Amino acid sequence: MVAFTLNGAPVALEVSPDASLLHALRGPAGLSGPRFGCGTEQCGTCMVLLDGAPSYACTLAASACAGRAVTTVEGLGTPDAPHPLQAAFLAEQAGQCGYCLSGILVSAAALLARDPDPDDGAIRAALDPHLCRCGSHNRILRAVRRAAAAMRVPA
Amino acid sequence: MSGGKGLIADPVTGTTTTGFGAAMPPADGRPRLPGSLHLNRRLSQWLSFHADGRVTITPGKVELGQGILTTLSQIAAEELDVDFGRIAVTPAATPTSPDEAVTSGSLSTQDSGGALRHACAQARAIFLGVVAQRTGVPVDSITVEDGVFLGPAGAIGSYWALADQALLETEATPDATPKPPGARRIAGTSVPRLDLPDKVFGAARYVHDLRLPGMLQARMIRPPSRRATLTAIADGALPGDARVVRDGDFLAVLAATEWEAEAAATRLAARCTWQERDTLPDQASLAVWLRDAATRGERSEVASRGTPGTAGRTLKREFLRPYLAHASIGPSCAVALWEGDTVTVWSHTQGPYNLRADIAKTLRCPAEKVVVRHREGAGCYGHNGADDVALDAVLAARAVPGTPVRMLWSRAEELGWSPFSPAMLVEVEADLDADGGIAAWRSHIVSNGHSSRPGRDPAPTLLAASMLADPFPVKPSINPPMAAGGGAPRNGVPLYAFPALKVETTRLLEMPVRTSALRGLGATLNVWAIESVLDEAAALAGEDPLDFRLRHLEAKRAVAVLERVAAMAGWRTRQRREGWGMGIGFARYKNNGAWAAVVAEVEARERILCRRLWIAGDVGEVVNPDGVANQFEGGAIHGTSVALLEEVRFDRRRITSDGWDSFPILRFSEVPQVAVDIIARPDQPFLGAGEASMAPTIAAIAGAITDALGIRPRALPFTPDRLAAAA
Ligand code: FES
Ligand code: FES
Repeated sequence: MVAFTLNGAPVALEVSPDASLLHALRGPAGLSGPRFGCGTEQCGTCMVLLDGAPSYACTLAASACAGRAVTTVEGLGTPDAPHPLQAAFLAEQAGQCGYCLSGILVSAAALLARDPDPDDGAIRAALDPHLCRCGSHNRILRAVRRAAAAMRVPA
Repeated sequence: MSGGKGLIADPVTGTTTTGFGAAMPPADGRPRLPGSLHLNRRLSQWLSFHADGRVTITPGKVELGQGILTTLSQIAAEELDVDFGRIAVTPAATPTSPDEAVTSGSLSTQDSGGALRHACAQARAIFLGVVAQRTGVPVDSITVEDGVFLGPAGAIGSYWALADQALLETEATPDATPKPPGARRIAGTSVPRLDLPDKVFGAARYVHDLRLPGMLQARMIRPPSRRATLTAIADGALPGDARVVRDGDFLAVLAATEWEAEAAATRLAARCTWQERDTLPDQASLAVWLRDAATRGERSEVASRGTPGTAGRTLKREFLRPYLAHASIGPSCAVALWEGDTVTVWSHTQGPYNLRADIAKTLRCPAEKVVVRHREGAGCYGHNGADDVALDAVLAARAVPGTPVRMLWSRAEELGWSPFSPAMLVEVEADLDADGGIAAWRSHIVSNGHSSRPGRDPAPTLLAASMLADPFPVKPSINPPMAAGGGAPRNGVPLYAFPALKVETTRLLEMPVRTSALRGLGATLNVWAIESVLDEAAALAGEDPLDFRLRHLEAKRAVAVLERVAAMAGWRTRQRREGWGMGIGFARYKNNGAWAAVVAEVEARERILCRRLWIAGDVGEVVNPDGVANQFEGGAIHGTSVALLEEVRFDRRRITSDGWDSFPILRFSEVPQVAVDIIARPDQPFLGAGEASMAPTIAAIAGAITDALGIRPRALPFTPDRLAAAA
């Protein structure tokens, strides 16, 4: 049993002690956003935020998350209340198969949380751990810039 | 040509196979209907109306991330005159969906869009006819507004009111008239993708996310090397309740959770003894192997015309390409469930009926005992592991009847065991005339076949079929017929007006590495070979590469994309910059599909970086402009990655490039800026969009490298080592 905060709510998940966070999230937590791509920190499809920092869920032991805060793409927003990044990705139609997007969205959210006005190089650097085979990169870069602009406008 | 359903005699293999796309099925005496409607004529197979005001369309083509379901929904909404939001799409499934063979070859808008446009126009006419008869209002006086039929005095009915009338239980006829281009309001606009919201909110949309009650998790244990045989498994405990499924060299584990399944697979793998042997060629001398294997291959003529005169000067050049991997971001996955003697499999296959056929052949059961239901997967760029993993799931699930089993491949399986796009060699001889133009062209394209897709051979082609205790043979891959675009010789026949030309191909009959279709097939090498020789001839003649192309081109649409891309990129006013270069590439995909011209700008540092791409395209009628731009851009980035980085690596036994570190692809930090402009041709037939930009991008990058460094690359990928060898 490992207890942590998942997308703002406390959870206690039944997982074997050495199971990865990704297995815990996709298994007992019943999420689908964090995705398996490689299992070796080489693609970024499993990326989640651990206390706000992008972390590979595929190699992180679930037990290491005890007492901490985990945010997945599901925690960013919903269709009714999308995160500005999710709204921007839809506005830019940033994606094809979309398999890479869950991880990219959380990394982008972490970037914008620490740098509200990142330049092109900073966005590319933040997303460099993420692979996208469909070639949606330029749309994704535009979407992150669009979201950053939207978030800088005071509500 | 055979008269059977969807059967095409392959001129290369002589075998009769199911169609490589249904755009032009053989004449069968029935009135010709558009696209896949010809072979799937019942209107109720394509659409249905519901009393609550929804319309369901049921195409046989599948979503691969290319946005096809959105495009098809636009076409249906347009012809029916209903709001786009009313259309729902049911994913393809056997046995009810139309059999549209495989979602491939950039044919979906032609095959499925053509069929749906006609079927919907006909459905509309049938409904209007019924309403006219019932109300006495002449058909010509009825308009349709969001599904409601309006007569001169107001509403007189709707699709929904007549939804249960079985009016669609009839065969299509040729006399339906779709709207003229000028009347379209939905087709031709950039409607947002239907599938994207789920993907942005992390919803359970992929087959990977399917969770059925009681479902077990499965993993494969792969041989350490190609064609290794399993000689012994040492006894020992497995974690949890994991169980082993073995049939010959097919070895899988089942467990309650993914974690246990992976742990069990690792432990079991350590207990296996395999007998290994050398089966792979020497990668360092791939060209030598290709040339040697070609002497035992099947040589045939692809095209010839004119008689070469006496050449002043002949350019003899050779181009080489390594094996390429699909490298989908999500490993292949499938869920299977046995109930009695019937098995259902949820799969991200490109061809549900083709997959069904090969699973049935492997199980030696009638096709009706297998049900294939499409669920989306990660991006698909050709015949990857999707079909193979479906059979793996079926075989693993056979051990636990009544219990669903989810089989997921590892990254190493995805990069190491999916079919690869074959290594290729192209030998070119170009005779130059007195003006430096090309008077005669001879080429020879050497490659394994580019298709081992399921459903086309009497024996199954799925990976596990060859690993069973009672195995099926692995036959060398075939090439689609030239009428379907060809395989190895795809785009191998130059579109340029050379007076004399002879193109030949040799299909290898030995296949150390299993090969099949990947985006562009042979075009990725053939287009570059042609464009490179043109660049070189232009340089010898002292002409600009663009002008040299234009003087060898007749087709107006070819000239139009080249002129457009030149204007976009400022080609004619480009300035030389130290360490930078620009190149241009052109092709018409399959020589009968979309037109594309690309300008690339590269920067030569310690390695080559592609900084900008400009692309002009012509895909005929455009249903979703943003979707076409997305496909062109994605194909160009894929092409950039292939040009600069990609190469399947192997030793004499194993594929060694089975991780992202050993099979790198283009990353965010290196992706070029891309500008795409699609020339509007609303009155022209659909030409498809998914594969057109990739090959000309590779050619343009090669030209840009020459411009920057004075080196003409001769082998892909254009790495520092290879460029040094070409210098
Ligand atoms: S699955 Fe974690 S980085 Fe690829
Ligand atoms: S959209 Fe398919 S991998 Fe990024």
